[in-house]
Amino acid sequence: MSTSAFSHSAFSRQLKKYYLFYTGGFILFLLALAVAEQLGLSRAWIGYWFLFATIGLYAGIGWMTRTQDVAEYYVAGRKVPAFFNGMATGADWMSAASFIGMAGTLFLSGYDGLAWVMGWTGGFCLVALFLAPYLRKFGQFTIPDFLAERYGGNIVRGIGVVSAICCSFVYVVAQIYGVGLIVSRMTGLEFGVGVFVGLAGILVCAMLGGMRAVTWTQVAQYIVLIIAYLTPVVWLGVKHTGIPVPQIAYGYTMQKLADVEKKITADPKEQEVRKIFSDRAAAGKAALAAPDKSYADGKTKVEQALASAKSSNAPADQVAAAEKAVAAYPASVNAAKVQWTRETGLAARAGPPRPHAQAFPGKDEAAQNTARLNFIGIVFCMMFGTAALPHILMRYYTTPSVQQARVSVFWSLVFIFLLYFTAPCLAVLAKYDMYTNLVGSSFASLPAWAAAWALVDPGLLNITDINKDGIVQLAEIVIGGDLIVLATPEIAGLPYVVSGLVAAGGLAAALSTADGLLLTIANALAHDFYYKMIDPHASTYKRVTISKILLVMAAITAAYVTSLKPGDILFLVGAAFSLGASAFFPPLVIGIFWKRANKWGAIVGMSAGLGICIYYMMRTYPFFTNMGVPKMDLWFGLSPVSAGMFGLPLGMLTIFIVSLLTAPPSKQVQELVEHVRYPNLVGDTLVSEAR
Amino acid sequence: MELTQKHHEYWRKNLVITAILFAVWFVATFVEAWFARELNTITFLGFPLGFYMSAQGSLIIYVALIGIYALLMRKLDLEYNVDEGDLE
Repeated sequence: MSTSAFSHSAFSRQLKKYYLFYTGGFILFLLALAVAEQLGLSRAWIGYWFLFATIGLYAGIGWMTRTQDVAEYYVAGRKVPAFFNGMATGADWMSAASFIGMAGTLFLSGYDGLAWVMGWTGGFCLVALFLAPYLRKFGQFTIPDFLAERYGGNIVRGIGVVSAICCSFVYVVAQIYGVGLIVSRMTGLEFGVGVFVGLAGILVCAMLGGMRAVTWTQVAQYIVLIIAYLTPVVWLGVKHTGIPVPQIAYGYTMQKLADVEKKITADPKEQEVRKIFSDRAAAGKAALAAPDKSYADGKTKVEQALASAKSSNAPADQVAAAEKAVAAYPASVNAAKVQWTRETGLAARAGPPRPHAQAFPGKDEAAQNTARLNFIGIVFCMMFGTAALPHILMRYYTTPSVQQARVSVFWSLVFIFLLYFTAPCLAVLAKYDMYTNLVGSSFASLPAWAAAWALVDPGLLNITDINKDGIVQLAEIVIGGDLIVLATPEIAGLPYVVSGLVAAGGLAAALSTADGLLLTIANALAHDFYYKMIDPHASTYKRVTISKILLVMAAITAAYVTSLKPGDILFLVGAAFSLGASAFFPPLVIGIFWKRANKWGAIVGMSAGLGICIYYMMRTYPFFTNMGVPKMDLWFGLSPVSAGMFGLPLGMLTIFIVSLLTAPPSKQVQELVEHVRYPNLVGDTLVSEAR
Repeated sequence: MELTQKHHEYWRKNLVITAILFAVWFVATFVEAWFARELNTITFLGFPLGFYMSAQGSLIIYVALIGIYALLMRKLDLEYNVDEGDLE
C-alpha cells in the first residue's frame, strides 16, 4: 500500500507540473498572437492559428497517450487523481450549448433561463450522494455493466445499451453541429469542412488512447475553455462594476438595468415602434381570417396606386416605388399567407422589455403558475438527467479509490461552477451595455461591433429603423442568443485575439463533450454488446481493436446525421436528459439502496419510465405531431422537454411494485450490493476490479 | 460474508448523512424555486434574492454540500475501519 501511495502522490505532483507548464505555454501563445496582431497579422490568420494550434495540441496528447491495454483504454488505468478527474469531468460536461448558448438564453429570458443553470449544476449533488462512490467501488467499465451484474441477465444489459446509445447519440449530434459552426465562423471554411477538421481532432485523440487519451485531453481543453470564458467577462466587469470579480458585484448593475428597463418601457419613441408592430400583427391576423378577399383587395390597392401615380404625372421616383410595390406583391394567396403569418409573429416584439429578474411572468395567476411548474420541470429533468448520463458517470470509474471518487465530484462541480455562475453575470453586463450604449445611438454611427455583426449574420443581430427616426430603439433590435458570448470581446472593446480565444474555447467545449460521448457509444457496443453478449472469449487485444473501429464508425455516422442538419437541436439535448433520467436513474439508485429490487422490477421499471417519456414527447412535441402522430393536450401544461417528470416517478414506482410481486434476488446479488456499499470490506470475496 | 453489527451501523449512519444532505439539496432547489417571486421582494447585495439564489446562492450550497459529504464520509470510513488505506 505504501509504494502505491507514494506513486499516486508522485504522479499527481508530476501532473500538476505538466499542466502548469501547459497553462503558461498557452498564455505565452496568446500574448505572442496579441503582439502579432498589433504588427498586422490578419484576422483570418489568427483564426487559423487558434484552430490548428489547439486541435494539433489535442491530437498530440492523444498520440502520446495511445494504448492497447483494456483498463487503460476503458478507464484510464483507474489512476486519475480527483482534482484532474474533476477538470476532465468539467470539460466532458460543458458542451457547446453551455459555453455559447447559456449566456444568450439568460440574456433573452432573464430569470426563467436560470432553470438550466440550476439544473446543470445541482445534478452533481445526486451524483455525489447516490452514484459516484458506489459505482467506483463496483469498478467495472460501463454503466450497462452495473445494471447487468446487479439485476442479472442480458435483457437488462440490452435495455441499458440501447438507452445509453440513444441519449449519447442525440447529444453528440448537437456537439458536432457546434464544432462545424464554430470552425466555419472562426476561419471562414465551409460548414462541412469544419465538421471534418473537428472530427479528425476527436478521432486521433479518442481512437488512439480511449479513456486515457480523452481524460488528459479534456483537462487541457478545460483550461482553454475557462480562460476563454472568463477573460472577456473580467474585462467587461472592470468596465461596468470597477472590480475584476464582477460575479459578486453585478447586483448593482442589475439595479441600474432595472431603471433602464423602466425608462425604455415608458419612452414614447419605443412605444411608437411597439405600436407599429402590434398594428402590423393585427393587420396580418385580419388578412389571414379572409385570405382570398384580402389578397384581391391588396393587389387592387397597389395597382391603383401605380395607376394614379402614372396618371397624375408624379415624380419618377414615386412611380418607381409604386412599380416596386406591385412587383413585390406576393404571387399567390399561399405566398401571401406565409407573409401574413410572419407579420402576426411581430406581436412578440410589440411588448415592453420584461424585467430581467422577474420570475415566472404570465398574464394571470394560472399562467404564472404554469410558468413556475415548467421552470421546476426543467430543473428536475436536467438534474436527474445529469445523474444518469453514462458519459458523466463513466468518469467516476477512473479514480484510484472510492474516497477519491467522492472528492472528484466536488472538484467537478467547482470547475463547472466557475463557468455557470459567470454566465448570468455576463448576460446582465452585456444587456446593460447594450441597453445603454446601443439603444439610443444613431443609425448613422452604430458602435463598430454592432455594425460588424449585423453584417456578418442577420440571424444573430438585426437592427432596422422601423419608425424612421434615425435613432436605435430597443424594439428595433433582434438578437440571436449565440451573439452574446461570441460578441462580448468586441462589446468590451478587446483586441481580435480575444475573439479568436473565445471561439477556441467554444471549440474545446464541443470537442471534449463529443469525445466523451463517442467513447460511451463505442464502449457500449464493443464491451457490452460484442464482448459480454456475443463473444465472451475475445482476447483483450481484439476487444480494444473492435472498440476503436466502432468509435470511428459511430463518429462517421454522427457526422453524417449532423450534415442533414436535423431540426431543433436544443430540444434534442433536453430530450436526452429526460430519457436518461427516466431510463437510468431509477434502476441505478434503487439497485444500490434497496437489496430487494430484482431483475423483473428493473426490466419493467426501465421500460415503463422510458415508454411514458417517449409517449409524452411523441404526442405533444410539434416535430412528431406534424408528422402525423395524433396530438394530445399537455398534462398540467408541462412542456414536452420535461417528460422525465412523469418517466422517473413511474419508473421508480414500477420497480418497487414489480420487485415485491416477484422473487427476491439471489444471495450472490445481495452480496454484490453489500460489496458496493462499503469502500473496503474485510473478508470480502468479490473481486473488486475488472481487467 | 456476514456483516457485523458495526457494518450495519456504518450503513445506517451513511443513510442519515445522505438523507440530511438530500433534504438540504431539495430545499435549496425546489422550495427556493417555488417561492422565487416572494424571495425577489428582498434585496441582497443589490440582487433580488430569488434571482441571486438561482444564479449563485443555490450553486454555492451545492458545491459546499458535496464537499461536506466527502469530508463526513472520509471520517465515517476511518471510524468504522472500512477505509481504503492511504491512497492519495
